[in-house]
Amino acid sequence: MATLLEVSGVSVTFDGFKAINNLSLSIGEPEMRAIIGPNGAGKTTMMDIITGKTKPDEGRVLWGEMSRNLLGMSESRIAQEGIGRKFQRPTVFEAQSVRENLQLALKNRRGAFAVWLRPKGPTDDERIDALAEEIGLTDELERPSGELSHGQKQWLEIGMLLAQEPRLLLVDEPAAGMTPAERQHTTDLLKRAAQTRAVIVVEHDMEFVRRLECKVTVLHEGRVLAEGSIDHVTSNQEVIDVYLGR
Amino acid sequence: MQRSFFFRNPSILVFIGLLAVFTLAVTLMSAGAGSGAISTSFVKTLGRTLCLCLVAIAMDVVWGYCGILSLGHFAFFGIGGYAIGMWLMYARTEEIVVSSLAGATLPPTPQEVSDAIGSQIFGVVGSSDFPAIWAFAHSLPLQLLAVVLVPGLLALVFGWLAFRSRVTGVYLSILTQAMTLALSLYLFQNDSGLRGNNGLSGLQNMPGEDLGQDVISIRFFWASALALGLGYVLFGWVVSGKMGSVIRAIRDDEARVRFLGYHVESYKLFVFTITAVVAGIAGALYYPQAGIINPAEIAPIASIYLAVWVAIGGRGRLYGAVIGAALVSLASTWFTGGGAPPIDLGFYRVIWTDWWLVLLGLVFVLVTLFFPKGIGGLVDLLGINRPVKQGRTGDYGPDVGAWRKREGEEE
Repeated sequence: MATLLEVSGVSVTFDGFKAINNLSLSIGEPEMRAIIGPNGAGKTTMMDIITGKTKPDEGRVLWGEMSRNLLGMSESRIAQEGIGRKFQRPTVFEAQSVRENLQLALKNRRGAFAVWLRPKGPTDDERIDALAEEIGLTDELERPSGELSHGQKQWLEIGMLLAQEPRLLLVDEPAAGMTPAERQHTTDLLKRAAQTRAVIVVEHDMEFVRRLECKVTVLHEGRVLAEGSIDHVTSNQEVIDVYLGR
Repeated sequence: MQRSFFFRNPSILVFIGLLAVFTLAVTLMSAGAGSGAISTSFVKTLGRTLCLCLVAIAMDVVWGYCGILSLGHFAFFGIGGYAIGMWLMYARTEEIVVSSLAGATLPPTPQEVSDAIGSQIFGVVGSSDFPAIWAFAHSLPLQLLAVVLVPGLLALVFGWLAFRSRVTGVYLSILTQAMTLALSLYLFQNDSGLRGNNGLSGLQNMPGEDLGQDVISIRFFWASALALGLGYVLFGWVVSGKMGSVIRAIRDDEARVRFLGYHVESYKLFVFTITAVVAGIAGALYYPQAGIINPAEIAPIASIYLAVWVAIGGRGRLYGAVIGAALVSLASTWFTGGGAPPIDLGFYRVIWTDWWLVLLGLVFVLVTLFFPKGIGGLVDLLGINRPVKQGRTGDYGPDVGAWRKREGEEE
């Protein structure tokens, strides 16, 4: 398992508040990693830093075999490098059909002229059909995605994430607002994805994390509090004090 | 490929068909090529209206589809007009000067001709030298190139600076308006080299050809119709398919598009620049039919009118912009040209030349409040218009989002 992403010594301050404090973290490929922590632990900020939305005050984020620094890159460049992100709230393009949403996300050339003059690859339709099958939206392909239910939107977004064929998936609370059956489906999807790539799941729900059966990192006040199996971290006294005890 | 493009966008074929029928009908009734049932001045009005429709669809692409409320597109329109106007004025003046000097005993030297043209054109601002900006005015091809290049380059540089700094929303609108105002104030100065507030005039005459206004007017009408048709197909192509999908996605949630790996700034720059170029071409066709251009045409209010036309006609659909521009500009001509009969209320006489702007403002407010899809939204009632309909629902994002949240909490 080679290291794919290495966050080292990253700190970021918002108006005097240290959101991330000398955070270091390393993810292999393939690997599934769950990140838990109370509100304000810096989970979302960490994702913002990796995806280029927030620039940290210090530290490095190294990526891939060449250990390239992601910090100087734009959001779109980082996404093209192979980092896909799923937001907490489902953010799909509601005015556009499920097919259009998936087509937008499909890994293809991203330049304006390439998109304008050669909008479609030869295998795009097959890839979209396969993805729709996987996320259970085959019958909804032509519907505007704004009409989908909450859970279906979550899946569509996961489908868009898979369509990008990223090497690293950042998934923010995938199970929020899902029924137990939908959660099971989501767990399966994520586990399957983690067989071939790196997946980071940020989650509140301990039961959901337990079912992912993976290494867990506990964040607190912008730094790593504990790391290890779910049983290991849940028996850690510090973790119980700040998070589980509440 | 081409067939399937029109098949997937039937509204483009319908529009081109209607435009062709309209052009033919006007031609048959014009004085220059038909029965003369329509006066030459009205042919010019119709031709100008087609140019306004063209700049309106450009505005619709940049605002209705891409979400950039530019208040600078009428400036690009005006630049196109100035670029062609410089050649028209130069060439026309040259003709007059050469014919008047022809009677002299000695044939005039090129320098004498040039000086005479200069004092004819710039006498009104107390000068007779050609400013540097007129260096290419003698050449039609170069000035035609300027029609495309000057608005294009200005939009490219301005857009690059603005989009790169992630200026969006109302701040971008203010920035574009500032650009427009600065350009208009600059042109108002006598030493700008473009005759200050006098502007360029006599543009309705075609140099080199001894044609009556009736023939010139119908030719410009044809050119305007052709440009509108081509512009419609071009923008129809841009806003359809995956390109259109990306552009509408940028309008609805540009941060999300970035995380999908699209360089949002490049797309915005592409849309901003291509629409600016088309606006310049529309202006170059408009002002010869108007006969005169002056800096007041470029003032920010003109670009605001442009946004009003598109909003009334219906954002996010090309034919909506055409309907809005045509209806409002023709209504404006009718009301302000004394065509509308005054209404006598007994205690007050409503004279439309004074009250037209109030009426327009009222219509704008009512349309925004009660018909956010604009006049073009009526087409949805026919139920044949699925692809564009999807694009339109984006404007209701906040409402749909609220529904989505409520739904999430129920679980």
